[in-house]
Order: sequence, then C-alpha cells, then structure tokens
Amino acid sequence: MDRRGFLKLFGSGAAVTTLALAGCESGKNPVTGITASAAPQLEKGKMTYRTNPKTGEKVSVLGYGCMRWPTLHDPDETLDQETINRLVDKALEYGVNYFDTSPAYCKGRSERATGIALARHPRESYYIATKLSNFSPSTWSREESLKMYHNSFKELQVDYIDYLLLHGIGMGEDGMEALNARYIDNGVLDYLLAEREAGRIRNLGFSYHGDIKVFDYLLSQHDKYKWDFVQIQLNYLDWKHASEINKRNTNAEYLYGELEKRNIPAVIMEPLLGGRLSKVPDHIVARLKQKEPERSVASWAFRYAGTPAGVLTVLSGMTYMEHLEDNLSTYCPLKPLTQEETQFLYDTADLMMHYPTIPCNDCKYCMPCPYGLDIPAILLHYNKCVNEGNVPENRQAENYRKARQAFLVGYDRSVPKLRQADHCINCNECRPHCPQGINIPKEMNRINDFVEHLKQGTL
Amino acid sequence: MLRKIRLVIALLFWIAITLLFLDFTGTVHAWFGWMAKVQFLPAVLALNVGVVAALVIMTLVLGRVYCSVICPLGVMQDFFAWLGKQGKKSRNKYSYSPAISWLRYGVLAAFVIALVAGIAAFFTLLEPYSSYGRIASGLLGPVYAWCNNLLAGYAEQADSYAFYETEILFRSTTMAVAGVTAIVLFVLSWRNGRTYCNTICPVGTVLGFLSKYSWLKPVIDTSKCNGCGLCGRRCKAACIDTKNHCIDYSRCVACMDCIDNCHQHAISYRHLKPVKDTAHTEEVSEKKSGSDGGRRAFMAGMGAVAASAALQAQDKVVDGGLAVIEDKKIPERRTRIVPPGAKGLRHFYNHCTACQLCVSVCPTKVLRPSTDLTTFMQPESSYELGFCRPECTKCSEVCPAGAITKITQADKASIQIGHAVWVKENCLPLTEGVSCGNCARKCPVGAITMVASDPSNPDSPQIPVVNDERCIGCGACENLCPSRPFSAIYVEGHEQHREI
Repeated sequence: MDRRGFLKLFGSGAAVTTLALAGCESGKNPVTGITASAAPQLEKGKMTYRTNPKTGEKVSVLGYGCMRWPTLHDPDETLDQETINRLVDKALEYGVNYFDTSPAYCKGRSERATGIALARHPRESYYIATKLSNFSPSTWSREESLKMYHNSFKELQVDYIDYLLLHGIGMGEDGMEALNARYIDNGVLDYLLAEREAGRIRNLGFSYHGDIKVFDYLLSQHDKYKWDFVQIQLNYLDWKHASEINKRNTNAEYLYGELEKRNIPAVIMEPLLGGRLSKVPDHIVARLKQKEPERSVASWAFRYAGTPAGVLTVLSGMTYMEHLEDNLSTYCPLKPLTQEETQFLYDTADLMMHYPTIPCNDCKYCMPCPYGLDIPAILLHYNKCVNEGNVPENRQAENYRKARQAFLVGYDRSVPKLRQADHCINCNECRPHCPQGINIPKEMNRINDFVEHLKQGTL
Repeated sequence: MLRKIRLVIALLFWIAITLLFLDFTGTVHAWFGWMAKVQFLPAVLALNVGVVAALVIMTLVLGRVYCSVICPLGVMQDFFAWLGKQGKKSRNKYSYSPAISWLRYGVLAAFVIALVAGIAAFFTLLEPYSSYGRIASGLLGPVYAWCNNLLAGYAEQADSYAFYETEILFRSTTMAVAGVTAIVLFVLSWRNGRTYCNTICPVGTVLGFLSKYSWLKPVIDTSKCNGCGLCGRRCKAACIDTKNHCIDYSRCVACMDCIDNCHQHAISYRHLKPVKDTAHTEEVSEKKSGSDGGRRAFMAGMGAVAASAALQAQDKVVDGGLAVIEDKKIPERRTRIVPPGAKGLRHFYNHCTACQLCVSVCPTKVLRPSTDLTTFMQPESSYELGFCRPECTKCSEVCPAGAITKITQADKASIQIGHAVWVKENCLPLTEGVSCGNCARKCPVGAITMVASDPSNPDSPQIPVVNDERCIGCGACENLCPSRPFSAIYVEGHEQHREI
C-alpha cells in the first residue's frame, strides 16, 4: 500500500470513529434508543456555591479534604503526587474551589502535596484552608507554634491563607486546659488575630471535637474574636445520635444551631464518617438504593450535609477519582433534601444504631502507635465484620463457622500479626488524639478478647 | 500386574505423606495422619508394638514391600532412578553386584549405638523417614507455601476466605541438611537405583534381614529362563545374580519389576522352600531405646540476658504512619523448651527421629529444628514468632514416634513445660515509665499479677510477678511483651514436665 492509499484509509476510518463517538455522546443509540452508559453525566459550571457573608466570596459547597490523599502503596506511604495533581485539576475544572489541609495530615506531607498541585493554577481560583495543628506539647510554645504557622505558607506556596483554623478544639484529656496551653497563654491567638488584620489570614475559625465546654466558651467570646467560620462534624447519624454513640460528644443539631444563632458559616467535616455512612449493612444499602436506585449510598450523606443554608462547604477526603466524580454528580448542582427525605435518613440512622460498630473514621490521628499497632486497620476490620454479620454472639450462632473463618482470616489479611490488638499495652498514648473520643485501649482489649474466644472456641 | 499395584499404592503413600509435611491447615492429617505412624523407626521409638509387629509380619510374608511402598524416601529414590533411565541406552544399565555386608551391618550397629547414646546428629541423618521429612518440609515446604500464598492472594481479591496466607520460613540449617541429603540420594539413585537402601539405610538392613525368610518372594524358574539377563540389568536393587539364577532377598525390595520385565514369564512371586541359607546370624536389636538414664548433657553456661533496647515512645507531631517494629531475638535459655506432651527433655530426645512433622504443622512457628549437635534437627520451642496457643495440640497429634505424646486441650492447660522469668532491666514500666501489664493481661492461665514496684508506694510503676506454680510456660507473655529485641519476661524450660 502506498502512502496515499494509507492516508485515505486512515482518514475514512477516523471519520467512522468520529461518527460513532458522536453517537455515544448523545447518550442514546440513535437506532435502538438504548442508553449506552448509566454513569452520571458531569457538566461543568453546575456546581452549587455558598456565599461567605464577610467577604462575599463564592465557595463551592463541595470542599476538598486533603487528609486522605492517595499513596504509592510503598512501605513509606509516599503520596502519589501525579494522581493528586490530576484530582486537583479535575476538582477545579468542575468548580471545587475550597481545599482543606493541615500540617499534621498524611504524616505531615499533605500541605506540601496540596501546595504543589494548587500552585499550578492561578491563586485566585481557589481558597486554601489550613490549621495550626500544635497538638504535641513540644509545639505549645509561642515560638514553635508560630514556626508551624509560617511553615504552612512555605509548604503551600502562598502569601496569604484564606481560611485558618485552630485545630481540634476540645480534644485532649482536658479541653479547656489544652486550649489555654495551645492558643491563649502563649499569645498565639492574639498573634493570629493581628495576622487577620494584616490580611495574611482572610478568615479565622476553629475546628471542634470533643469537650463542649470549649465550643461554648469560644462562641461566648464571639464578640471579641469575631469567628469567620467554624468547622463541625455533621451528618445524619451525628445529628441526633452523637452523644449516644459517645458521651463525650455533642449532637450536631446543637452545634449547628449555636452557629446559626450567631450567623457563623459552618464548614462540615466527616459528612460520611470516613466511609462509615457508605460501608453500611446490606439491608441499609438496599433501603437507600431502593429510594434512589441510580444514586450512590454516599450521595445521601453528602446531600444531607449540604442541605442546611448555613453550611459554607462540605469537606470530603476524596482519595480516588471515583469518589470525586460521585461527589461532583451530587453537588453539580446540589438537590437539597426534602423534609420527607430528611426524615427518611433519620429513620435510617435509627436502624444503623442497632449495629455495634466502633465510631472510627480512619482519620489516623491516633497513629503512629508507639508500639506498632495499626489501630484504624483493626477497628475498620472489626466494623466491616459487624456490618457483614461476621461477629457471632456465640458458638450456637447459625453462621458461626463461616463467620469465624471470615473474621480470623480477614483479620490476618487486614492487619499484619505484629500490628494486631494483642500487642496493645494500654499505654493510653492514643486516647487524647482520637477526635471521636474512642477509648482505644479498651476497644483493643475487647477485640483481642473476642479474637481469643474465636481462636480457642470458647465464645 | 503386581508391579502396577505396587506403583499405585506407593504413589498414594508418597503423595499423602508428602502432603502431611506441606499441609498447614490440618486437613490432610485428619485423613492420612496414620501413614506417618506406620513408619518403621518412629513406630519402634513410640513402642508401638502393634505397628512394629505388623510390619515385621508383613516383611516375613511379602518381603521388603515396606521399602518400595511405605517408605517415602524409597519411593522418592525410585522416582529419581526412573528419571535416570529415561534415555534409550540407560534403560538396561543396572548390573548385579554382591552385597557389602560389612558396611550394612556396620552402619546398623553404629546407628543403634548412636540411638542409644543419643547422638542425634548421627541417627537422625540416617533415618530414612526423617530424611524425607526434612526434604519435604525444608525444600518442598517453602514452594508449597508460596503457591498457597499465590492462591490466597487471588482469594483475597475475590473476597473469599477459602485460602489464607501463611508465613514462608527459610530455615537455613534444615534446608542445607535436606539439600545435601537430596543431592546425595539423587546421584546414588540416578546412577545405581537403591544403593542407599541396600548399603546404608538401617531400616533397610533390618527388614532385609527379615525378608530373607519371607514366605513370598520373586523366584526364577530355571526351566523357563533363557538366560537373557534382562531382569538383572533392570533390577534397581542390583540383587539378581542372573548367571547363577539366584536373588539376594536381603536386598530385594519386592518391586516386581523383574516379574513384569521377563519375556519368558520365568519369574514369579511365590513361596520358595529355603534350601541352603548362608546368611549371617547376627542378632539385631533395635528396641533398646525405651529406657536409659542421663544421656543428654545439658548446656549449662549462659550469660545474663543482654540488655535490650526498649521501644522509644516517640513524640507524636503528625498523623498516620506505622512505628517500626524490631524483630525479637531468642533469649539464652538455661534449659530448652519442648512442647507439652513431650513429658520432658529426656523422653523427647530419646524418641524423636527429627522428621520435622511437628515443625511443619506448628501454626505459630514455635517449634523449630535445633542446630545443637547433640539434638541435631530435633525440634525445640521458642517464642519470638508466636507462642504455644492454648487451643492447639497439633504437634502431639502428628508425632509418629511418641516423642510428643497425645494430649487434649484440657491436658495442655495443666502441663507445665517451663516457667516465666522476669527481666527487670527490660521491663518498660521501669525503663520508660509507661504503664503496661500486657503479660498479665494476656496470660491464658492468669499466672501473672501486676504489683507496685515499690512496696511502700502504691503509685509506683506496676511490674509483673509470676506465680511459678501456675505458669505453664506457653510463652504468651514472652511473645507479647513490648520490649524488643529481648522481652522483659521469658520462659525457662523444665527438664521434666509436670502436671499442675
């Protein structure tokens, strides 16, 4: 075949391909009328935005949580920068403009990775939120805290920060004491207020977990501090059940109500509880899917969190492109929940409360455990087995043999032997770090006792 | 026909016994565990009179079929020999050679002496079933485990729990010993068939002595024989003297090859009236191992447990990540530990043939072959990879030699094989000031109590104290102690196990 012949053939081939593609794009086969793909069509420019009352800026209702960036699956858990870049590009392309990170996330590597990905775009196309994560007593001094604050600018490659948060207010064994040590006594909060005056911080707020006294105290000082936003945990399970799951926690209904009273925009974290609202027992999946067969289970949780008008943005730690795409289809645009749908979710939450899962959201704040345990992996395995019905009550249980095998084999698969619960020495290092207030050593002992009963056949 | 029957049964035995050493799930043992128990020397050591009598009677009736059917090392050599005669030229490569009796009986005598004197390095190396055990567990084991892990990987992807991963351990000494044995046997059998069985193997010598008097044996009918010599050239035992129409029955392993090969149908398997027997009349005694006294000298000297670098609880500044876990090291034990059911060191080492069956089935990798010369390849326990779990009695179920006698789960909870010893210098509450108590919490018999280290100050760091009377020596405390590489609590074995 000569060159001309080849080109002719190639050209006609290309034309046919183009035609075929055009046929696909319309979504329907022109001949049969059958849809070729059920994947939700994403359209640019449809993102729902909320207005920041102070600055008037439009913030996308979907915010990108940078705590769960993908890794290369190597032993060091190096962040997969190439994939992060692609995720950030896609998010920006479809209108996401709020990125929330912290100096502590992803073994301290999140800020840099987020900075690298965002620096490839114009500065005005995104808002950056980061935190002053001075949890460790070694960083409580004014000097160390400010070093951490200034380092964030360097890592993120910016000269101003759009949203800065006091991180994890209410955590620790004594929430008020921790607040005073971390921000008040060392004058760091005053410094940050001055930075806001100077314009290097555009909005100042705090994220809250745990001790309600601290939340109430900071809001009572609103006139003094003028909080521009507050980050709270809100989802359809925690709305009414948070304190039931853990006495230390407060229902989201109260938290959101307090913010609404003062007209403070709420940034929502843990809308999906680290996947606990998508990895649910089969019959709950069926219940949610039956109502919206073409929507994901997760989409319910995201619609819920985005519905209240006082919500500025809903953070989602999207590790995979599929997460991002699913969330984009939920929020481009957001279809707020009707009253009936909201009630349906509250009923669903009541059903979920029957499952004794441990409220771990896989945030990894407890890690690294000094004795080598993989705490989140142990808890997630346990929860998975609870949801799949593989935590038998006794040997007489109908599926005892199968459940035992699934629990024990799955345990060894999910957690290397040396990182399993039997190595917990109850040193309690992890406890103050858990934002959900889980009594981790107690749960480790409980899970280990269960494993021993399974292994010894003494359940 | 007889040859084919022999082949089928031999293959069944061989595959099943090999699986005994490879299978770590315990499924095969439920079905074929008895095959290890009918092995000659293990049965002798276990004082299993029934099995020994049956094997003796079998040999007196049928000849050395034990060697060509039941013994896995024999079948393996047949396989090597078969490989060795695949070429056209090498099909008829064997030839008759006279027996080297001084070597056979000399090795047997040395073997019995080594057995009685407890020179493990010698007798375990010669014992055929144990040699095969080491080859199967040391060389085939890792391959099998690797294949299993491959399947487990697929199962995991398919969300199935049918296969689970197992740890692949390369025990260099076992592999070296097994490797050398396998190579020597390969060369010998590739070239000359059953050389090992007929000159060295002590079991072969004993059974050969018996098989001279066996009721049934291959007999050459001189009226039909045309003297072609084919039977002799194909006899892997090199025992057919074709010129004199005479078969050395002490070396014949009753493989029936000659019967099937003879074109004249001149050889048949039948009774032959003893005519004139010029056999040696040595008395063989192999049952002397049951009782004797103090034959194992214990290694006494040992230094203090080396100071251990305890884990340093690091200051947590960022989230995520996993702390590095240092491997545990084996502490120097004054007295070694052997599993419950072994009754004590003397009983154990008197009976164990070092076949590695217990080592292969131990799910927590507690048992491993000793590299000490006096107990060479015989197993011992240590707890740095796992501990002797309360629900597991696998080693006692599989031991064919009676070295580890059969015990139940209930027995196990009351057999004291050692006791835990606390090492102050390594204990984290004292060295790091953290509260711990993991040993006390994880002790399956509740033998450990946490007490204040300073009796006058109840708030001082809590340290473990061991109730020696209650401790069974399972090693849970040693294995789960957070101090690394040396635990702050470890188990000293007991010479004599006791009931508590």
